[in-house]
Amino acid sequence: MRFLAGRLLDLVLVLFGVSVIVFLMIRLIPGDAVAIMLGANTEITPERIAELESRLGLDQPIVVQYFDWISGIFRGDLGTSIWTGRPVAQEIAANIWPTLQLTFLSVLVGAGLAIPIGCFMAEARGKTAEVLVRVGAIAGLTIPSFWLGIVSIFLVAKLMPGSAMLGYVPFGEDPLGNLQRMILPVFALSLPMLANLSRLVRSAMLDALGQDYIRTAKSKGAGRTRVVYVHALRNALIPFITSVGVATGYLLGGAIVIEQVFAIPGLGQLVLGAISERNYPLVQSAILVLTFAFVLVNFLVDILYAAIDPRVSQR
Amino acid sequence: MMAALRRDKLLSFALIFVILQLLLAIFAPIVAGDPIEQVIMSRMQGPSLENPLGTDQLGRDVFARILFGYRTSLLTCGVAVVLALIVGGSLGMLAAFYRGWFDRIVMRIMDVLFAFPIILLAIGIIAVLGPNALSASIAIGVVYVPIFARLLRGPSLVICESEYVQGARAIGASDSRIVFTHLLPNLSSLILVQASLLLSAAILVEASLSFLGLGAQPPTPSLGQMLSEGRNFLLLNPWPAVFSGFAILFLSFGFNLLGDALRDTLDPRLRNSTD
Repeated sequence: MRFLAGRLLDLVLVLFGVSVIVFLMIRLIPGDAVAIMLGANTEITPERIAELESRLGLDQPIVVQYFDWISGIFRGDLGTSIWTGRPVAQEIAANIWPTLQLTFLSVLVGAGLAIPIGCFMAEARGKTAEVLVRVGAIAGLTIPSFWLGIVSIFLVAKLMPGSAMLGYVPFGEDPLGNLQRMILPVFALSLPMLANLSRLVRSAMLDALGQDYIRTAKSKGAGRTRVVYVHALRNALIPFITSVGVATGYLLGGAIVIEQVFAIPGLGQLVLGAISERNYPLVQSAILVLTFAFVLVNFLVDILYAAIDPRVSQR
Repeated sequence: MMAALRRDKLLSFALIFVILQLLLAIFAPIVAGDPIEQVIMSRMQGPSLENPLGTDQLGRDVFARILFGYRTSLLTCGVAVVLALIVGGSLGMLAAFYRGWFDRIVMRIMDVLFAFPIILLAIGIIAVLGPNALSASIAIGVVYVPIFARLLRGPSLVICESEYVQGARAIGASDSRIVFTHLLPNLSSLILVQASLLLSAAILVEASLSFLGLGAQPPTPSLGQMLSEGRNFLLLNPWPAVFSGFAILFLSFGFNLLGDALRDTLDPRLRNSTD
């Protein structure tokens, strides 16, 4: 219980810090931003600037501005988009699903395949097949995933002309079309994670297989499969779970880039469009929402970690 | 003995691989032609004697653009890693050195910075500073500050508690003397390894950012931007996209391998480890 309370306090502090940084980001924009926001077509007069400043709340003391902004967020009000005048929350909600689906599927594939591949590498240590898989894993770490995406588009277009692989169809409308268009982006996005995690599973498994309890399990007659997948894997998974949490953050960022490659209308497109339009409230809120999501994922991973390994909560 | 030889082989291979690429970047103006000159008559050509890696959609030499892209990438990422090292490293060492409330506040701020997904924080910083190579450097640097701070704090704590530092304190050594003659030299191999690994990662981040149009702006060639332009002409002329991707891969791979090999060589405790 004390462990949980401590974690919750950490969570609140980190979320507060994140919100302050995201808030300050927009305050640090060079002074003429308000004039830029007014746009090229309107005549820039001091009255118009003052009007926009008061509309954005920029004439208030900075602490007041922060509390206005953060209390708005708790009410679900992320501000209004400067250009369209639509609530930012609406624009984010309209674009978040492709990003979440892409990230979720990639975590599933990357983490799911890492376990058997890592176990294989640990078991077949030193054999030619294992060395090949290991070299592949190092390459997978340093291949830019967006390049992998581009090359895979090229190959599929050459080999299977006419296949639908770009864009996005909501799962509810066309489940098959949705999944078909997800294959290449998920492949490109999950490969670096797969490479990273399978290496981690390998060394954790090697570590676990060398422990005394494995020898005990073997000597009491447990079969090879049981020793590897029940006794060793359970303990090897502990560091693995933390890494999945951290890797999710990389994937959220990577998804923004991959969306550009595959023309998926997700948060990445929204944020990049907003940057080129200097639509700062939208950029700010999108970063805040994604970072909060990431922090919460890691919080849940920490709790899960403690549930699996009781030693953690007693430290 | 055989193991030692094999390890050093890996290190020399990594060094040669990295130095070769550095030399190509440094001597780009001599080795390659003009990366910006457009030859309209020879657009989207495959590799030839005149253009070893072909030409792009504007008739620019892909080989020259890649070498100059190396320069952009190495400069941007080099500045970023040095920035992260100076700021993050000092914060980590000072946190360990002074402990108490300073330590707690600094490490809390590092926790917060670490909570952001890397690319997202970088994009946010670039949104504020405006998209160009310097912003990309600063953004990547800021993102890596907490990594150096966390990395150096732990070992610094151990060193500050050690008898020789206590001894130095007892004979009246000043704070800065302890930091520069005891802390830094003992951390140098750790710093070297991490800098190389982070450089490898930074190259990928820089490529992503310039792919999104948030890095160095045209006409300055950058690898990510070449990839993004090449993508539009993929079916007509795949060469610029393919070669710029390989360039990013080789550069990042080289520093990753170097970091790994340096770690094995510099850290004797790892010599007999399982990995």
